[in-house]
Amino acid sequence: MSITTEKKIQWCPGCGNFGIYNAFKSVLEKNIDEGRLKKENIVILSGIGCYGYITNYYDINSFHATHGRIPPLATGIKLANPSLSVIAFVGDGDAYAEGMSHTIHAARRNTDIKLIVHDNGVYGLTTGQFTPTSPRGFKGRSTPFGNVENPINPITLMLVARATFVARGFCGDIKHLEYILERAIFHKGFSFVDILQPCVTFNDTYSFYRSRVYKLEDTDYRTDQYEKAILKSLEFDDRIPIGIFYEKEEESFEEAIRGTHNYFYERQVPDISEIVREMI
Amino acid sequence: MSVYKPLTGAQATAEAMRQINPDVVAAYPITPQTPIVEFFAEFVANGLVDTEMIPVESEHSALSCVVGAAAAGARAMCATSSQGLALMWEIVAATPGLRLPIVMPVVNRALSTPINIHCDHSDTMGTLTIGWVQIYSENAQEAYENVFLALKIAEHPDVLLPVMVMQDGFITGHGVENVKVLDDAVVKEFVGQRNPDRYLLDLEHPYTIGPLALPDFYYEVKRQQEEAIERAKEVYLRAGEELAKITGNTYPYFEEYKSDDAEAVIVILNSAAGTAKDAIDELRAEGRKVGLIKPKLFRPFPYKEYREVLKDKKVIGVLDRSISFGSYAPVYAEIRNALFELDHRPAMQSYIYGLGGRDIFKSEIKNVFEELLSGNVDSEKQKYIGLRG
Ligand SMILES: Cc1ncc(C[n+]2csc(CCOP(=O)(O)OP(=O)(O)O)c2C)c(N)n1
Ligand code: SF4
Ligand SMILES: [Mg+2]
Repeated sequence: MSITTEKKIQWCPGCGNFGIYNAFKSVLEKNIDEGRLKKENIVILSGIGCYGYITNYYDINSFHATHGRIPPLATGIKLANPSLSVIAFVGDGDAYAEGMSHTIHAARRNTDIKLIVHDNGVYGLTTGQFTPTSPRGFKGRSTPFGNVENPINPITLMLVARATFVARGFCGDIKHLEYILERAIFHKGFSFVDILQPCVTFNDTYSFYRSRVYKLEDTDYRTDQYEKAILKSLEFDDRIPIGIFYEKEEESFEEAIRGTHNYFYERQVPDISEIVREMI
Repeated sequence: MSVYKPLTGAQATAEAMRQINPDVVAAYPITPQTPIVEFFAEFVANGLVDTEMIPVESEHSALSCVVGAAAAGARAMCATSSQGLALMWEIVAATPGLRLPIVMPVVNRALSTPINIHCDHSDTMGTLTIGWVQIYSENAQEAYENVFLALKIAEHPDVLLPVMVMQDGFITGHGVENVKVLDDAVVKEFVGQRNPDRYLLDLEHPYTIGPLALPDFYYEVKRQQEEAIERAKEVYLRAGEELAKITGNTYPYFEEYKSDDAEAVIVILNSAAGTAKDAIDELRAEGRKVGLIKPKLFRPFPYKEYREVLKDKKVIGVLDRSISFGSYAPVYAEIRNALFELDHRPAMQSYIYGLGGRDIFKSEIKNVFEELLSGNVDSEKQKYIGLRG
């Protein structure tokens, strides 16, 4: 089943968002076709940014919300109806600048939502200013001589914030990204995926990443060792690991507050058939 | 010597900021404010200003940072639009009570939802009640000069309040016009130095900013703040007279365009006033008695002065680029209020136009005049220009 819409895709030719779009599309279509996901039970969200248009391009329930406020919104949706698969696309501007605290709190609560970060190291939509993941010295329109701030390391940050699924993907390796996204979607609890995404217009990092990334899955790295995951996450120089850094199953936020109840289905729905009959 | 330069409204604003040379500027990008900050960042990078420029991580941080700098005695500025203004609202509301003279250009843009990046005035109209002085600008020239005016008012010892200077997103902000730019030295002399009577880091006179004031004192503090914005009315005129000496332009509370002998007058803010002037010229050529009042100072609102010029008009149409949901539109409500004391009030009609950047055309403004002159008006019923269906 195709989940695409008629909407013409507006990203710049060559934009890294295409890789993310295609990987997610394959994962969803495959899992819907094979009966592991129900289309009507999926909700996708996006904030404001170039990447944010992604919700227009999938024929799935969606909420295009304000810049930076996605995690609490996704949390609300999940709590209202825990049977939904709540998958949130966010930008590095959303996740690490405007809405940084939300990202941390969502991780430590372990709400069963999926946060997929289009990390292009730039505010793309507002035309190329540095973000909290741009390297120090990044020259953008607001910093012509280079920014003087140190970047954050999202992987370390999320590990320390106690996210129960932490991964990094690269949109230039779609097959590998599909693998990560599938695991993230089926992880029980908060999943965090930071995707290295070149912005061909303002921060073209294709060759930078291509020459540095290697897959954790190709090494003897294990995903169940917390301290080692933190150490591994610090590696971000000549070699950049991509793949799953850490995964662990723990009680989710919604389970902690209401056990296995889903009030959405259990609520008392008044019988209105009598009223309807009268009206007809 | 002044020179003419082709500038966008955003560029003209950045140019004014360059000439002011503030100590601190903090901002977060948001369309259509972004180019102000980018042009200014270029000035910083080229060493043309001594400003500490801080590209922070959110608007809430931007204004907080500027508040901190101003409290420490610096001249500090910020700029934003729409969602940015909405996100910084907590600090926007706190700033007047702190009595910090911060100048903030705002490039008007529609508020979400639906998401929209184009011009309307819903963003700044949402902040009317909290104590910022508000000045609206028709074009890049006004946007440029109003920044100097704002600074003078903000820092005046009788006022000490923050000031917003508005211009229309894209229409003014991104449109290029010929702007008469003053000589740097002339501006430098005009804006002088900020001389705070007290500031943090003054070790001889330590003081506290923002402490608790419960039912015992809160009320008095707010009354003082109100007195300050009332004084801003007079200070606006005096500062305008001073500015007039270097620009050759005038700074009344509102501009009167062919309204003197007009039977029908419309009131309209910002860039659409330019379109209205063209419509009026054409109608005047046909002998119709029509005119325009373009508000400039919107907070504090000069009720009496509006009453004076509007009292003998036959009919007034007020065009608002925002809805005040559940009540009369913001500009209309003020004009209506201003006329209450009259024994014989002009007929009035409220119009909404241009939400989310929908264009308003000269022909539509002419139709408004036709309607006003035809007497088909209802002061209690809002009408909509350019609305589908
Ligand atoms: C409160 C608020 N401030 C600023 C903006 C302006 N804005 C729109 S998109 C954006 C940055 C987007 O960057 P990112 O999240 O990294 O997404 P990208 O465009 O790079 O895909 C900003 C600052 C906004 N929409 N809302
Ligand atoms: S500006 Fe960058 S992130 Fe935005 S669509 Fe273009 S390439 Fe993609
Ligand atoms: Mg980005």
